[in-house]
Amino acid sequence: MGLLNVLPWMVLLLPLAGFTVLCLFGDWIKRDKEDNGAGIVACATVLIAFGFAVWIVLLLAGQVWADPARYRAALGLPAAASPYQPHGPALFQPAERTTFTFYWIEVAGLRVPFALLLDQLSAVMMLVITGVGSLIHIYSLGYMAHDEDRTRYFSYLNLFTFFMLLLVLGGSLPLMFVGWEGVGLCSYFLIGFWFKKKSASDAGKKAFIVNRIGDAGLILGTILAFWTFGSVDLIEVTEAVTSRPTEVGVGVLTAICLLLFVGACGKSAQIPLHVWLPDAMEGPTPVSALIHAATMVTAGVYMVARLAPLFSRSETAMNVVATIGAATALMAATVALVQTDIKRVLAYSTVSQLGYMFLACGVGAFGVGVFHLFTHAFFKALLFLGSGSVIHAMSGEQDMRKMGGLWKKIPWTFWTFAVGTAAISGGVPFLSGWVSKDEILASALHSGKTGLFFIALFTAMLTAFYMTRLLCMTFFGHFRGGHDAEHHVHESPWSMLLPLVILAVASAVGGVVINIPHFLEPVMRLEEHAEPHYGWLPYLATTMALVGILAAFYLYVMFSDVPARIRARGGVLLRVLEEKYGFDLAFNWFASRVVVDGSREVLWKAVDAGLIDGTVNGTAGVVDGVSRVTRFVQTGLVRAYALLIFGGAVAVLGYLVWLR
Amino acid sequence: MEGLTQQALLLSLGLFVVGALGVFLRRNIITVLMCVELMLNAVNLAFVAFSRQLGTLDGQILVFFVMTVAAAEAAVGLAIIIALHRHKDTLDVDAFNIMKW
Repeated sequence: MGLLNVLPWMVLLLPLAGFTVLCLFGDWIKRDKEDNGAGIVACATVLIAFGFAVWIVLLLAGQVWADPARYRAALGLPAAASPYQPHGPALFQPAERTTFTFYWIEVAGLRVPFALLLDQLSAVMMLVITGVGSLIHIYSLGYMAHDEDRTRYFSYLNLFTFFMLLLVLGGSLPLMFVGWEGVGLCSYFLIGFWFKKKSASDAGKKAFIVNRIGDAGLILGTILAFWTFGSVDLIEVTEAVTSRPTEVGVGVLTAICLLLFVGACGKSAQIPLHVWLPDAMEGPTPVSALIHAATMVTAGVYMVARLAPLFSRSETAMNVVATIGAATALMAATVALVQTDIKRVLAYSTVSQLGYMFLACGVGAFGVGVFHLFTHAFFKALLFLGSGSVIHAMSGEQDMRKMGGLWKKIPWTFWTFAVGTAAISGGVPFLSGWVSKDEILASALHSGKTGLFFIALFTAMLTAFYMTRLLCMTFFGHFRGGHDAEHHVHESPWSMLLPLVILAVASAVGGVVINIPHFLEPVMRLEEHAEPHYGWLPYLATTMALVGILAAFYLYVMFSDVPARIRARGGVLLRVLEEKYGFDLAFNWFASRVVVDGSREVLWKAVDAGLIDGTVNGTAGVVDGVSRVTRFVQTGLVRAYALLIFGGAVAVLGYLVWLR
Repeated sequence: MEGLTQQALLLSLGLFVVGALGVFLRRNIITVLMCVELMLNAVNLAFVAFSRQLGTLDGQILVFFVMTVAAAEAAVGLAIIIALHRHKDTLDVDAFNIMKW
């Protein structure tokens, strides 16, 4: 057994162990109200898992991937030649990299191995999940210190971490699906964590139900993939596409990809299934940071990147992915312009950034998409945790209109938040968001989808604008809340500030220090399109971002009465944005009119009461009518029966003797 | 077909027809029951005749079964007749016609 066979299991099972311990002994660990034992157990498991994940990445990064012998030795495989030789100039070169344990399902032609898939892609995801995850666990120690249900909270967090790791490490579609459903379940638990609040439990249900729609697509896609390739193993599927390109029709591939993408839309909040994510902000803020910004919502991007060979074969699917991504990026960015709830701005920002990632995948730059996933995990987790620190300071107030001027009172939060804002807006060169967003823009431009490029460029400006607006409304100007609230504003404890500082550093340098596209190259070789550098593009993108930043600064600090005047004037555009393009209204209309009324009028009254009951009652009626006539045969006279029997016997005999 | 067999079958047929007519035409239940016995014995005669003709014992074995059934039927039938008579004070078959729709 090589080291790389054992380490993923350690990473995967540690959070599960934490969850089990908290479930079984949680009450015993938490001896009194002030005790934080549960949180420390949860933090420890994830932190150790993070250590293992770093070890794995170092091992993988140290590999000379061109040298199969060293690679195989690292994986503990015999030195034989790899069965997966590259077939010609293949874009993707699958390698033997699964840790097989046993067959989980073995029915007829279906064989689902319980195997972990370890390569650069899952290693990057593992790093994000355990790294950002452990910071958020630490943050939660402070944020949830006064909550009665800390044990439940931390056990959910640990369970979530386990399922998320299973999602990215699972070596087959069904195993990935287990993780996929598991994180959805934990997301539901944690959104509705304060379930006594009706809006929170409603938001949890909404997230769960909307995700079910996407999951139906994922299941169908998995079934179709099995039907097409005869396998659900991720490597076998991608290998089948790469090495035998002509065997499977493009139409089937497109269908598989689109069905899987429906699942990705649900999980990663893309149009039209994005409606659950803004509502998911009802959960505790660290949960928003971990699940609804850094990890779970990026599962869709991970899946598309993981199945990159499949997607890149189908031009239609790629176009759909890119278009939906760009449309979502633009839509969410515009909605974020008018939100007043600090977490909802960030939620729409997350939706928008996820759109960017799908745009990158859709134009063929899967590695760049994962790169943005990576940097986004840092700066968006930072922003969410920062907003949590603000909310903590404001004693639960989330409305930005009641904040302002906080930068002197909570300087640590302010400075880290400013770094996050600078990183996401792309206005400051060499911060992580600037690097990854530039790569996305370059890929979009190179792919020839110029329209999408301009949408992305415009969205970049909007991103800078709404983030600066958020920063200005929260930290600059004068305090707009009540006097008591102003008096109560206080900086958060160190357990909350430490993760903020670490994440701020990571957001600042994460894009330059770790070259994700290069690291991912063995699993998804970049197409040449990253090669021709558009020297002018960074200048253009930075200028756009700076325009957004300055415009927001100008509007919300220098002339802070202008937005209020614009809002007072109203107008159709403002109305549309405040209604979030009416997606919720449309879904409500669909649910109440089409589903409920349609069920009542058509399915119940017409189909059930009319057709089904009609058939049953009609059959009974016919039998009844016929019986009313034929019952007169039953006279009650024994000799009549005898005559009938006799006649019948004669008839049968006559038939047997003469007619047969 | 041998003459004796033919004659036995003709006799059997005659007895059967007499029995059947009795069942359909007579109204006294006891007579009807006796006619049923007559039909059974007509069949018995046919069985014996065929048994002799074919040289096997199958027909004669069946006759024993028929006689057993006939005895049981007579016992049960007469018991029912007594029960009916106690209810209605009559033995007319057509008087017992309430078991209908």
